[in-house]
Amino acid sequence: MGVELLYFAWVREAIGRDGETVEPPADVRDVAALLDWLAGRGEGYAEAFADRARLRCAIDQRFTTLDAAIAGAKEIAIFPPVTGG
Amino acid sequence: MSIRVLVQEADFDIGDELARLEALGGGGVASFTGVVRGGDELAALHLEAYPGMTQRALDDIAAQAQSRFPLLGLTLIHRYGTLVPGARIVLVATVARHRGAALEACAFLIDWAKTKAPFWKQERFADGTARWIEQTATDTDTAAMWDASAEHGRP
Repeated sequence: MGVELLYFAWVREAIGRDGETVEPPADVRDVAALLDWLAGRGEGYAEAFADRARLRCAIDQRFTTLDAAIAGAKEIAIFPPVTGG
Repeated sequence: MSIRVLVQEADFDIGDELARLEALGGGGVASFTGVVRGGDELAALHLEAYPGMTQRALDDIAAQAQSRFPLLGLTLIHRYGTLVPGARIVLVATVARHRGAALEACAFLIDWAKTKAPFWKQERFADGTARWIEQTATDTDTAAMWDASAEHGRP
């Protein structure tokens, strides 16, 4: 089943789109593995995901960590550390 | 307890917002307004939000403030979009029976809003260049002090 990905800020700019629906293979179990898999899609992805320390994520609109399991996720967002306020 | 949390592109009227809290019967109203800082050839500050999640995250932060401080009401309004220097970005306002809770809750709300709500700021300069603002250690450290503190009290 597909999962909707959302990209924000410079992650969105590097990849060149604000989101997409993907169907990762079964061995992609957590967000970090998802990023590895996505990085193979092209230069923009590889650039956006090169430095994992600069990335944060949310699964189904809740903040989580890159080692979080993605099983059952409907929406996964990848973005830089937040800078609101 | 009256909670008002808004994520919007439009500006807000501080007088109206404070008057709403003053009417709730408390003895102290505190507020913080975040404004786009001028200088460095800054033409505008662009704020990107995560539709849906941003509102939910701010709702959660407001609920945390409600559970930690004896408040009668709070207002949290955060704008998104492209804002020029001097424009208001965010308003946090609180009302309590006494000033201590109002002031502390106000500080808590802005510290958490800066580090626990999905917004991203990009500086846009007069020469056409742009730069995404990086999260500062000071911001995360300040927010973390509230994590470490007890249910109530100062960081």
